[in-house]
Amino acid sequence: MLLIGAEDEEKWLAEGIAGVQHNAFYLHRALDSNNLRDALKYSAQMLSELRTSKLSPQKYYELYMRAFDELRILEMFFKDESKHGVSVVDLYELVQHAGNILPRLYLLCTVGSVYIKSKEAPAKELLQDLVEMCHGVQHPIRGLFLRSYLAQISRDKLLDIGSDYEGDADTVMDAVEFILENFTEMNKLWVRMQLEGPGRVREKREKERSALQELVGKNLHVLSQIEGVDLEIYKETVLPRVLEQVVNCKDDLSQYYLMDCIIQVFPDEYHLQTLEMLLAACPQVQPTVDIKTVLSRLMDRLSKYAASSADVLTEFLQVEAFTKLSNAIEKVIEVQVDMPAVGAITLYVSLLTFTLRVHPDRLDYVDQVLGACVKKLSSIPKLEDSRATKQVVALLSAPLEKYNDTVTALKISNYPRVMDHLDNGTNKVMAMVIIESIMKNNTCISTADKVEVLFELIKGLIKDLDSATDELDEEDFKDEQNSVAKLIHMLYNNEPEEMLKIICIVWKHTMAGGPKRLPFTVPSLVFSALRLVRQLQGQEGDIVGEEVPATPKKIFQLLSQMIEALSAVPSPELALRLYLQCAEAANGCDLEYVAYEFFTQVFVLYEEEIANSKAQVTAIHLIIGALQRMNVFSVENRDTLTHKTTGYSARLLKKPDQCRAVYACSHLFWVDGQDGIRDGERVLLCLKRALRIANAAQQMASIARDSSGPVTLFVEILNKYLYYFEKGNKQITAAAIQHLIELINTEMQGDSATSDAFLASTLRYIQFQKQRGGVMGAKFESIKL
Amino acid sequence: MNFLIEAFKPACSISIKFSDGKTRKRVPIKRENGQTLLAPLFRNQENIAGKITIEPHQGKRIEHNGVKVELLGQIEMYLDRGNFYDFTSLVRELDVPGDIYERTTYPFEFSMVEMPYETYNGVNVRLRYVLKVTVSRNYGGSIIEYLNFLVHNYSPPPSINTSIKMEVGIEDCLHIEFEYNKSKYHLKDVIIGKIFFFLVKIKIKNMDIEIRRRESTVTGATNHVETETLAKFELMDGAPVRGESIPVRLFLSPYELTPTHRNINNKFSVKYYLNLVLVDEEGLRYFKQQQITIYRLPLQDT
Repeated sequence: MLLIGAEDEEKWLAEGIAGVQHNAFYLHRALDSNNLRDALKYSAQMLSELRTSKLSPQKYYELYMRAFDELRILEMFFKDESKHGVSVVDLYELVQHAGNILPRLYLLCTVGSVYIKSKEAPAKELLQDLVEMCHGVQHPIRGLFLRSYLAQISRDKLLDIGSDYEGDADTVMDAVEFILENFTEMNKLWVRMQLEGPGRVREKREKERSALQELVGKNLHVLSQIEGVDLEIYKETVLPRVLEQVVNCKDDLSQYYLMDCIIQVFPDEYHLQTLEMLLAACPQVQPTVDIKTVLSRLMDRLSKYAASSADVLTEFLQVEAFTKLSNAIEKVIEVQVDMPAVGAITLYVSLLTFTLRVHPDRLDYVDQVLGACVKKLSSIPKLEDSRATKQVVALLSAPLEKYNDTVTALKISNYPRVMDHLDNGTNKVMAMVIIESIMKNNTCISTADKVEVLFELIKGLIKDLDSATDELDEEDFKDEQNSVAKLIHMLYNNEPEEMLKIICIVWKHTMAGGPKRLPFTVPSLVFSALRLVRQLQGQEGDIVGEEVPATPKKIFQLLSQMIEALSAVPSPELALRLYLQCAEAANGCDLEYVAYEFFTQVFVLYEEEIANSKAQVTAIHLIIGALQRMNVFSVENRDTLTHKTTGYSARLLKKPDQCRAVYACSHLFWVDGQDGIRDGERVLLCLKRALRIANAAQQMASIARDSSGPVTLFVEILNKYLYYFEKGNKQITAAAIQHLIELINTEMQGDSATSDAFLASTLRYIQFQKQRGGVMGAKFESIKL
Repeated sequence: MNFLIEAFKPACSISIKFSDGKTRKRVPIKRENGQTLLAPLFRNQENIAGKITIEPHQGKRIEHNGVKVELLGQIEMYLDRGNFYDFTSLVRELDVPGDIYERTTYPFEFSMVEMPYETYNGVNVRLRYVLKVTVSRNYGGSIIEYLNFLVHNYSPPPSINTSIKMEVGIEDCLHIEFEYNKSKYHLKDVIIGKIFFFLVKIKIKNMDIEIRRRESTVTGATNHVETETLAKFELMDGAPVRGESIPVRLFLSPYELTPTHRNINNKFSVKYYLNLVLVDEEGLRYFKQQQITIYRLPLQDT
């Protein structure tokens, strides 16, 4: 066949249509005058236009539809014997006199349909005759359209006889046989289209063929509409025959379309009951058929069916739907050697989805699916295909989505094995998915075993895998590690013993994370451990005397190990904060030497690691804050520590920083509450010292910038004075405060322009206290503003 | 001159009427000028009887040497300068020489006439039956009138009627088997059969079945054969694949067939063939011809 231009085709179509119209005109005239002879003559001539080989299927269809409309009119004429005076039996013979086969068969089908309706002959014989005679047209396109016409024109009669229970039960079978026969022949013709023409137009041909698939599928559709086709008939006749045709035609387009068609057209219930048969056909199709999509759709339909009502679930169990599907998939993968990994995995994803929807309680099924997938994955090299890895992620995510309780997924033994087959990147993505799922569902993971499994799963996030050092996006990395940190908080058990185990396991895993990860994970872990400590502290009374594995002491040992690991990072500031936290916890547990040890570590860090002046300032304030709350220390120890602290404070680089640190140190000597130290003298000393430093700072400022700086520092110190004054520190007198205010005012005179808001509100406060009366008012009365 | 005109005008009109003319079946017959007219139909060994009426014009007297009626069975060979061969010739004398003054009617009868052959109208040969009335005269020539009639002979259904089945092919190219349900068909029969394709390596465009008539005539020592295609019936459109079976159903009634005639009076034969023709895309024709016998069942006269 030549490659033909679209223009020529248009022309030919126009000619064909003109021919049809021309003859239709005379046909109508003949019908109007009840002239049977002419009617037959012109209808045959009209139908001869359909003998063309020049049109593509689409164009041919247009032409066919024109003729089809005319044939409907002719059929009406045939039906009315009073018009032409020829019995339908004779008519049936008469139309067969036409010399050309195509017009002859179109007419035969038309009369045949009238004949069946008349019930003057058994429908079975007529149908058989029609379907048999149509063999004469072997040209694929013409044959397809002819048989499609036959299917179309017989459809309503088939539905009638196919649903006619009153009559012979065999009538249903007659209808079924007819459709199956016609279907088989149509499919053969359709497949044959592929073989026509040279190879280079193969693609075009395939496109043309797809356009005709509906014609073939229509038969199946009619079958599904026949009421008489019950499960029995479907199982014994319809499906085996259709599948036989599907398998034997050995054409990928047809196999794909028809399998899909079967699945979409017939009821789910039938599929379920004939699952074995349907699935048996799957491995037998051509290797190029996209059977995974077909199977996926089947499983999709079945799972929707299962969801429709609880009653059908028992059916699923009865027919062992899962086992059958699973076996079929196994077989398909085994047979289709060339199927890419992505295909196989997609199949498993579908199966898994099915399982999760239909048998959510059967975790073993899920495990089985994953196991099969592992088997497949281990037979191929590491996944390179991004689509394949995407499918694996989907596979692994499915159970997480289904079981809100992520822990369930952890029970699946093959889960980590599947993950092993992912590349590092994907592994991380998957780990993130798992963590997200846990976070989303607020799942608490409460046993050490599960934690162990979980960390095995997300090891891609926990440590560097292999020696692969792919460049990571900094932000992604942070996100990942933050997630891990969050996750650690989700690991919780009320039983201290188990909790300790959990902590140990987590530590074991995170330890290996390297310097980049530890700053993220250790804090979480530390706080998790501290929580345990506090819990134990609460229970202490109950467990005295018993040999318990989880004691605060042990935990503290562990904690110091953890924090020490951070110093290797190095992340001294973080370590320092954590030490302080631990120290406070130890304080709560009354473990003086432990707390002391922690503080020692703090100071060591401060001395050795924290060089940045800003960091030092922060650190000092933290230390002061923590130390102030410590009440476990003996006087001696406390002295040592406070001494150290004040010393460091005074040695900060910037004067304002010094000043602030020093006045903050004053709090170390004045602790509220019972047994609090109240060493007013040393408080005063600190404040005075701060004042001196503030002075010095002021002077430095005025020298450097030729103007006295703000008086903020003084005001701050004034506030401290007021605080202690209120608290009843005898060393802080109203006079001293008055003095300080005056000092500030003097300083202010330097640049009267700037009024200090802080100062103003401080003064307002004093004023307020004065007016308040009472003890405090009396106390403040002595201060003169 | 008037005299001359008078002389060439027949002196009387002769009409021939069969006694059962009203009830006898009449069938169309083609005349040489292409017109069809209805003619009475007879069978072998039937009695042929009737009346012949002679009516002189304008009260003229007809003087004659006798009146006779002949029943002739003739074979006319067009290729033999239109010569007639009478294979049947019967005579009945109706009147002794004398004069006819007025309308006179003569009954006649040929009983149990042997008419073994059917009327046939072919390409090169014609077989006809005719009644010939002759009023013999000494002068002015004899007055002759003809009446054609037809003869159809019926055969009982053959006791042996085997199917035609045959495998044919071209090696490594085409291999088919065809089967026709019978070898003998009556005129209104249906040919049922199928063509089975064992091997198809050529690109077939279509397949037709033809009914061919072979008329062979013998004139002296020469034998002449004329073949006509009476029917061309498309059986298949497009190329079949291996294993395909194409049905044949050909109604014979629409075609103008005659029974098969074998060696009629040593003058001619008429035989029928079914010709299966396959045409490939290049227009090449592959065919296989099979003889069939056509016979006439009673009550099958058109």
